[in-house]
Amino acid sequence: MPRWGMVIDLAKCTACQACTVACQTENNVPCVPPKEAARGRIISWISVLPQIEGEYPRLSMRPTPLPCVHCDNPPCIRVCPVQATAINPEGVVRQIYARCIGCRYCTNACPYTRRMFNWYKPEFPGEFTEALNPDVSVRPKGVVEKCTLCHHRLQKARDEARAAKRELAEGDYVPACVEICPAGAMYFGDLEDHNSTVAALARSRRAFKPLEELGTHPKVIYLAQGEWSGGDGQGPRT
Amino acid sequence: METDRDHAHNERDLVLLQPVIATRRPFYYLALFFLGFTSIAFFAWLWQLKQGLGVTGLNVPVYWGFYITNFVFFIGISHAGTLISAILRLCHAEWRRSITRAAEVITVLVLFFGVGSVIMDLGRPERALNVLLHPNFHSPLLWDVCSITVYLTASTIYLYLPLIPDIAILRDHGAKPAWLYRRLAIGWCASEKQKRVLNRAISVMAVLVIPIAVSVHTVVSWVFAMTVQPMWHSSIFGPYFVVGAIFSGIASLLIVMALIRRIYLLQDYLKPIHFNNLGLLLLVMALLWFYFTFAEFITTFYGSDPSHLVVFYSKLSGRYAVPFWTMVVTCFIIPVGILARRKTRTITGCVIASISVNIGMWLERFTIVVPTLSQPRLPWAKASYSPTWVEVAITIGFGATFMFLYMLFTKFFPIVSIWEVQEGREMAIPEVVERVKSYFPGEVLPSA
Ligand code: SF4
Ligand code: SF4
Repeated sequence: MPRWGMVIDLAKCTACQACTVACQTENNVPCVPPKEAARGRIISWISVLPQIEGEYPRLSMRPTPLPCVHCDNPPCIRVCPVQATAINPEGVVRQIYARCIGCRYCTNACPYTRRMFNWYKPEFPGEFTEALNPDVSVRPKGVVEKCTLCHHRLQKARDEARAAKRELAEGDYVPACVEICPAGAMYFGDLEDHNSTVAALARSRRAFKPLEELGTHPKVIYLAQGEWSGGDGQGPRT
Repeated sequence: METDRDHAHNERDLVLLQPVIATRRPFYYLALFFLGFTSIAFFAWLWQLKQGLGVTGLNVPVYWGFYITNFVFFIGISHAGTLISAILRLCHAEWRRSITRAAEVITVLVLFFGVGSVIMDLGRPERALNVLLHPNFHSPLLWDVCSITVYLTASTIYLYLPLIPDIAILRDHGAKPAWLYRRLAIGWCASEKQKRVLNRAISVMAVLVIPIAVSVHTVVSWVFAMTVQPMWHSSIFGPYFVVGAIFSGIASLLIVMALIRRIYLLQDYLKPIHFNNLGLLLLVMALLWFYFTFAEFITTFYGSDPSHLVVFYSKLSGRYAVPFWTMVVTCFIIPVGILARRKTRTITGCVIASISVNIGMWLERFTIVVPTLSQPRLPWAKASYSPTWVEVAITIGFGATFMFLYMLFTKFFPIVSIWEVQEGREMAIPEVVERVKSYFPGEVLPSA
């Protein structure tokens, strides 16, 4: 059974935010009007967040793309009173929109703040409506949504592989963000498969997991910019 | 002879039936006043249902705000009644007799507003029953659902049982609607056997209700404590919340008592001694509350986990300093200042202290819920939160509706337990004499 995971090389990320846009279109993530965005209601499954490192005057900014890190021990799932979110055998943390009661307990329990709530009925202005991805359902208002690692792509890739009577190969299934990244900073694959690129990168000295000390066991792994590795996601201590 | 004496007492206590039998003008004005707020809240809720939770001031990452604060606050107040009355009953505190009813009604009514606050907070309230269809027993919210349901059931029974003899009195006085009292009195005729069964049942419920009440607020605190979020993840939260709940519960009871004493002219039943005793209890709770708060903050400070310290300083000197220090003043300095001295522990003094405590305890819930959420571990999702008119309207509306329902209760049932007061006069005095005698060496004289 594969265990899907992602490796993001922070040294390569240029903060272009193509991943955010790709995710937005791929997953029918609603467009939040500017007024609401200013109130802190942006919905984005993967955001490129600025991490400030060092102390004045030796400051540097490290852009950090952060999707749901698909914890192997996810705090969000434990707290949902109606089992509207669950981790599947392949390690993908998924959301059942039709069951979620919108209590937002999971959003508060997620240490990465990576769960988004639909404050209003989702809006898709003008031609966005025609550009909706038919493979992904549009969420109603009042439910929580989050990164699914483009689960619909996995289903498609499986179907195609089955039709061609072959095994699923590396690269058959990648989420939209990984596919688009022009800097090639993101890698995706099966962490369980020892020979996969992600597994090899995850073993590197530069690899660290965000907020690893909380015991959430994230499956999104970062490669640090410099020699520094491991830690608390707060950056190297120089 | 027995019946003659009974009769005399009945006559004496008839003033307690007065609110049920006759309703004066001001009642209607006051009811209208409260219902005005109720309708504004109702309108706000409809608006929120139509638009979505976007009409609140909530955002990313402050996903919980006023509604959850209200939830914890109302459930806390519910400890006024059942718990306090059960403890006093079991301790044979004879002064309890005229206040237990007033306390128990608070519990039952306010629980609905606690549950209502959560419903307000749901993005999809129409799916609320999913908690029964797809329960996840790992979720502290589901534990809440279970314990609050049990608590509501138990405290309703606990309110109803001691009400039966009084309902029978109303029935015998021909209070209207007659069918209601006839039904509810379930054939009470004050026979010895009935009395024995009733007293038995009340004691059993009193014992049962205490662990249930404690569990309710413990579980409410676990909604926060079971996450790993900074300053929520604390093992002290269970007892801390229970203490806070009893604290605000006693304060609410004192306010309600002062009001009914004033409005229904019950000076003979709710005497300064009742306020004095409850005031002392409130004082003890204020000290306990301070002890817990201090323990909570000092351990956070010494542990100095950076993610906890961010929240810690946001309360002590940052964005939430104003609500935090107001809480310290209103929960500790004002009530202790007033209640520690006999001279100021008057009815007015108790009421001022109680109002202050309730403001403070609401702020306590607020400064537990919001600061943690607004400073998550990963430092980029910070945001501040301020409520919109919708949340304010619903909060005020809940308070007003509670008062309205309380008023309504006093119009249907005596708010001071008639039979318990009578029983106290007739039986408790010799009982107490004997009990006190039995504390000391020497021959215990048989009762008269
Ligand atoms: S990152 Fe948050 S939403 Fe994703 S699995 Fe972990 S706890 Fe759940
Ligand atoms: S918001 Fe939805 S998914 Fe999250 S805990 Fe509540 S019901 Fe579960």
